[in-house]
Amino acid sequence: MNAFEYTFLIPFIPLLGFLLIIFNFKRFPKKLTAALATSLIGISFVLSVYTAWQYFIIMGPLHGVYPKIIGNHFEWLKLGEHLSVHMGTLIDQASVMMLIVVSTVSLMVHIYSIGYMHDDRGFNRFFAFLQLFSFSMLSLVIATNVFQIYIFWELVGVSSFLLIGFYYEKPSAVAASKKAFIVTRFADLFFLLGILLISFHTDTFDFISLTNPENFERFNLHGTTFLGLSIPALALILIFVGGAGKSAMFPLHIWLPDAMEGPSPVSALIHAATMVVAGVYLVARMFANYAIMAPEALALVGYVGAFTSLFAAVIATTQIDFKRVLAFSTISQIGYMMAALGVSGYGEEAGLGYMASMFHLFTHAMFKALLFLGAGAVIHAVHTNSIREMGGLRKYMKTTHITFLIATLAIAGFPGLSGFFSKDEIITAAHQSYPLVFYTLLVVAGLTAFYMFRLYFLVFWNTETHYHHKPHDPGKAMLIPLIILAVLSIVSGYIPFGEFVSSDGKPLHTHLHFDIAIISTLVSFVGIAIAWFLYKKSSDLTSHLIARWGTFYRWAYNKFYIDEVYLFITHNIIFAYISRPIAWFDRHVVDGTMNVIGWITVTTSEKIKGMQSGQLQQYAFAFVSAILVISAFLIYYLINN
Amino acid sequence: MISLTFHQAVFYFFSAVIVIFSILTVTSRRILRAATYLLFVLLGTAAFYFLLNYTFMGAMQITLYAGGIVVLIIFSILLTSHVGDKFEPIGAGKLIVSLLISLFGAGFTLYVFLKTDFTPSSVGLPDASVRKIGNALLSYQRDGFVLPFEVVSLLLLAAIVGAIVIARKEPADNENLNNE
Amino acid sequence: MWQDISLQDVLIVSTLMFFSGVYGFLTRRNLITMLMSVELMLNAVNINFVAFNYFLHPENMQGMFFALFVVVIAAAEASVAIAIIIGIYRRFKSINIEDVSKMKF
Repeated sequence: MNAFEYTFLIPFIPLLGFLLIIFNFKRFPKKLTAALATSLIGISFVLSVYTAWQYFIIMGPLHGVYPKIIGNHFEWLKLGEHLSVHMGTLIDQASVMMLIVVSTVSLMVHIYSIGYMHDDRGFNRFFAFLQLFSFSMLSLVIATNVFQIYIFWELVGVSSFLLIGFYYEKPSAVAASKKAFIVTRFADLFFLLGILLISFHTDTFDFISLTNPENFERFNLHGTTFLGLSIPALALILIFVGGAGKSAMFPLHIWLPDAMEGPSPVSALIHAATMVVAGVYLVARMFANYAIMAPEALALVGYVGAFTSLFAAVIATTQIDFKRVLAFSTISQIGYMMAALGVSGYGEEAGLGYMASMFHLFTHAMFKALLFLGAGAVIHAVHTNSIREMGGLRKYMKTTHITFLIATLAIAGFPGLSGFFSKDEIITAAHQSYPLVFYTLLVVAGLTAFYMFRLYFLVFWNTETHYHHKPHDPGKAMLIPLIILAVLSIVSGYIPFGEFVSSDGKPLHTHLHFDIAIISTLVSFVGIAIAWFLYKKSSDLTSHLIARWGTFYRWAYNKFYIDEVYLFITHNIIFAYISRPIAWFDRHVVDGTMNVIGWITVTTSEKIKGMQSGQLQQYAFAFVSAILVISAFLIYYLINN
Repeated sequence: MISLTFHQAVFYFFSAVIVIFSILTVTSRRILRAATYLLFVLLGTAAFYFLLNYTFMGAMQITLYAGGIVVLIIFSILLTSHVGDKFEPIGAGKLIVSLLISLFGAGFTLYVFLKTDFTPSSVGLPDASVRKIGNALLSYQRDGFVLPFEVVSLLLLAAIVGAIVIARKEPADNENLNNE
Repeated sequence: MWQDISLQDVLIVSTLMFFSGVYGFLTRRNLITMLMSVELMLNAVNINFVAFNYFLHPENMQGMFFALFVVVIAAAEASVAIAIIIGIYRRFKSINIEDVSKMKF
């Protein structure tokens, strides 16, 4: 049963790398660091692939169901007679799939960073943090219980914080890292509440027993409700808030666009492919609970996902910062995955949405990482983030151009590429049960095609701007990951994903749904065509359109002023009416009390220090008199009794 | 009619010596005289011990106190004062307060002693022979004193070392002091 | 053999001796005279120990031994005290207690 005892090595190898590098980061030459980090993550990657091969191919489904296997575990914290926290590795469909995603993208990003960060002073620090992140993320995906997930959830948050603020001399990077940390931490508070609530009522943290539908009858889930919600619904919504914070769901998405202050490989690894989908993964992990215990919570997940998807896609059409467009695209695509989970049912055919969501997670990781790495290559070449200052780059950066085009086509849902297949499954799943979500997603598909091609045309076609240095393709270290990821972006769509990952463990046979596929492809083509028409060459039409849609454009351009709303709430309401009075109370009442006590002590000492005169005979006087008085009292007392 | 036995007469004589010279010790304004008066007091005490048949105790009193401590005190007086020096008279307030405290204490203690009904033992006289004292000092049986004996020997050693360390002249220290 | 003298008689003498020691300790400013006063007090206590032993518990020798140890400790105390006094004299060029008041607030 336990052929997976080695799995704990997968996260621990990068941890080793982190420790080695962080304690020697002034001593190690860059080459050694790069070789060490890359080979260690390479080992993790090989082990992950081996695990996947072992799990999916060699072992295969047992009696038609993929088993959930505990690779190894130990008791870490005993909280009560029944409740204890374990640490260990859980091998099942979703975690093995995530292992592949995380280790692949991480390996690509490691290789890419050797070229990208080559001239950076913080080279070693960067690789140390990458290793730390890989350790945390890999541990997160194979966590056996919700508490372990929570621990590594915070650790990936820390790595994300460290890497967003990597250029700590830049005030905007520092602000962005703080923002990311505070927003996600705020959401994690709800996550913790959710964990406590659900484990209190089910007496377990472990996913295997927590998500087994056969156990649901035994859980004690009756009790008082809050806002008319049942206990599981409340707990799962709280957990979803945690996931929404990490996955940048509306209205907690504000940190992700700012997180683009980090180096581009970081954006690719953390803020596109792996960490931000942790929220999706979390919901997928507890999917049985959502689908069976609290369908209303799952519906909320779906609607929030669909809305976020649309919302972010609209904003993405107006942004001019290269990486911010991609950031909003990421938000939009994660909304897609959430929506797919939301419309899914549990088991068999109804679980199509779940499988589609995981599928999209997988393909999205590949092409979005590719997009970010391509963006990094472009930014590296032209030294600006603004797409207004780019244009006509296809002539100078041939390989980058082609790989970027592949990724763009994949995300736009061009037939034959990976994004097409996964999107098709998602839209089909939505079509079955949630028409509102279905139409939203369809619109988003069109918008996605539009804004991605707008980006593509503006950068690689359009009018050529004057460049100080002639831009050129990056070096091999950066090109190889681009090419590998481009290949993966094409072929990953052909994996029969349902055979491997499904909501209930039974392989799900899927096929292309031509009716839906045709509609969504048409919508994508419309988007691409509009982008072609507007942005292939610079034209006045865009400014006319912007003028016509002035107000709406301004709102979208300013991200619908969500940041300003947050600022207003925090500064004008929370700070002014809660924090300031508390600070006043602290400064004047609490500190004042302490000061008065100190003042009393000092003054009293001043007054009585004369008694401590150093004159021995004064002491003797006091001593003898006191002895006489005390013994007189004692004797008097003894005589009278 | 007051009839005095020989013992009583000797006892009262030495009592008078002790009390008078005690008072003289603490009131004399010449320090060397005070030391001499103290010597008389100590000798009187030794006489008490002899009268009570504690000959060993008396001998210790004379050798240690009269022979050791008083000589030490006289030495230090000679080191630190001039022989002819007289103390300044004590301030009236201090004198009165000290006198009151001492008189009150003495009166109070005497009151307690005289009020208390001591029942003299009828066992007889104590055996204070040197042989017995020596055995008791080195005995670890009941009524043996080997532990305090050893502890006191350690204490004496510590006192010797301490006294040397404190009183020794240290050139380095002196320089520091001069610099202050 | 000594029935013609009572315990109280001895106690009166020792009490007077003790409180003249207290008086001396409170009034004398010279460190050496203060030391002498302390010796007076110690002697008074010793007399008490021996007297109580003699009159009340002649079968045991504890009182005498206690006095013996007090004598020994007094000797040690005197030697250390005099060493200190000499050190003070070197430091302050005086052994007047009112000049030696460094150890204050």
